[in-house]
Amino acid sequence: MTTIDPSIVGSRSEPFTTTPERGRLRFFAEATGQRDPVYTDLSAAEAAGHPDLPIPPTFFFCLEMDNPHRHRFLADLGVDVRTILHAGQRFTYHAPAHAGDELTFWSEVTEVSSKKGGALQFIVRDTHVSRADEPIATLTGTIVVRDPKAAR
Amino acid sequence: MISTTDLSPGQELTLECPRITRTALALYAGASGDHNPVHIDIDACRAVGIDDVFAHGMLSMAYLARLLTDHWPQEQILSYEVRFTAITPVNSEPTCTGVITEVEDGVANLDLAVTLPDGTVTLRGAAAVRLA
Repeated sequence: MTTIDPSIVGSRSEPFTTTPERGRLRFFAEATGQRDPVYTDLSAAEAAGHPDLPIPPTFFFCLEMDNPHRHRFLADLGVDVRTILHAGQRFTYHAPAHAGDELTFWSEVTEVSSKKGGALQFIVRDTHVSRADEPIATLTGTIVVRDPKAAR
Repeated sequence: MISTTDLSPGQELTLECPRITRTALALYAGASGDHNPVHIDIDACRAVGIDDVFAHGMLSMAYLARLLTDHWPQEQILSYEVRFTAITPVNSEPTCTGVITEVEDGVANLDLAVTLPDGTVTLRGAAAVRLA
């Protein structure tokens, strides 16, 4: 069982940039049962005052999946991905974002803690999303690393 | 859409979700980019002692977000957070609920939950929404 070193608090990831495409947003709307045409039909989006299809509330988390180095954080800590669970997720929204926007993401570890004598270790990370230095959203994700040897 | 005058603490919002089929999980895996096999591959689950696939927590969080966007334009959502409290088995039919807890200074605060038909709460959360 890897013990998460509290000194990783404050460590930051390399930034990465991605541009959400309309087709991917339409697929996400279909997959999440979103039938509001604002999310799939450009003319409906424009009629609602959007310059393009809006990025839906939780989709920033999916865009993080585009980071080619997203597995590096846990691998560098020596954590087996099969031992982790997503414990919590928060989004704070600063400005709307849309298909075609070039969005930059970087993350910082903000908290490391443990419960049950280290059988559960929590890592909290903030991910900052911006568009040309304009803040768009802040994601706060909590993962729990479970000691596979501890009683379930 | 809800106007400010309609809102008062205690008001409840509900969204019934469709049954989360294996197809729904495969579609969400592709659309979200989360390809973790525990959500889509029963063979991979059984290899590590899990009986069957289970739903992505973020799929439930996306359904719960629809409860918000069904009532307010998305740009009015200020913050949205959840804790994942239980696994959602495949073929579940969750219900999303929201209760307005406070309306102050043009902002409504909501308590949110996703619940399975047997009463299991799979997500608990909160949101703050700016009223137009």
